[in-house]
Amino acid sequence: MDATTRQRIEELLATSPIFVFMKGNKLMPQCGFSNNVVQILHSVGVPFETFDVLSDAEIRQGIKTFSDWPTIPQVYVKGEFIGGSDILIEMYNSGELREKLEVALAS
Amino acid sequence: MVHPDQVKAAISLAMPDAQVEVEDLTGGGDHLQVTVISAAFDGLTRVKQHQLVYGALRQELASEAIHALALQTSSPA
Repeated sequence: MDATTRQRIEELLATSPIFVFMKGNKLMPQCGFSNNVVQILHSVGVPFETFDVLSDAEIRQGIKTFSDWPTIPQVYVKGEFIGGSDILIEMYNSGELREKLEVALAS
Repeated sequence: MVHPDQVKAAISLAMPDAQVEVEDLTGGGDHLQVTVISAAFDGLTRVKQHQLVYGALRQELASEAIHALALQTSSPA
């Protein structure tokens, strides 16, 4: 990943405490896993921003290097990668997600 | 596509102590459900646990031979 791509990713992450790199957008997710993440965040009722990796090949590859994570979607809280669809589902079911997001938004 | 047995073998090679189950969700070999139980996960965050498994499957994921991998990791009780 080149420095420009890394900088663009960091700038995107800075736009919102909760940020999702996904396929498609909130209204039209283009993959079941991306859709899971959007539905979970809607259900917790928190504000979040998204980036459609299908619109940008550099970011699509770069984000995998950035987090050392091979798949999309990727959810970030305050710039920290917290997981993809499976981890979000587990954290949602255990109540850990709501707690983490509330703390992030309160601080 | 990859055969579920190849996925199981790749994970077992990287994590010899692990109990691994691989289920092919569609029969097409590219949507897999993988469960891994290993003492190597002790004390690691979920992200780090999953990264260990992804590391074992780097080649299959990079080539997109595996499109979707539902992953569950845990340490032995």
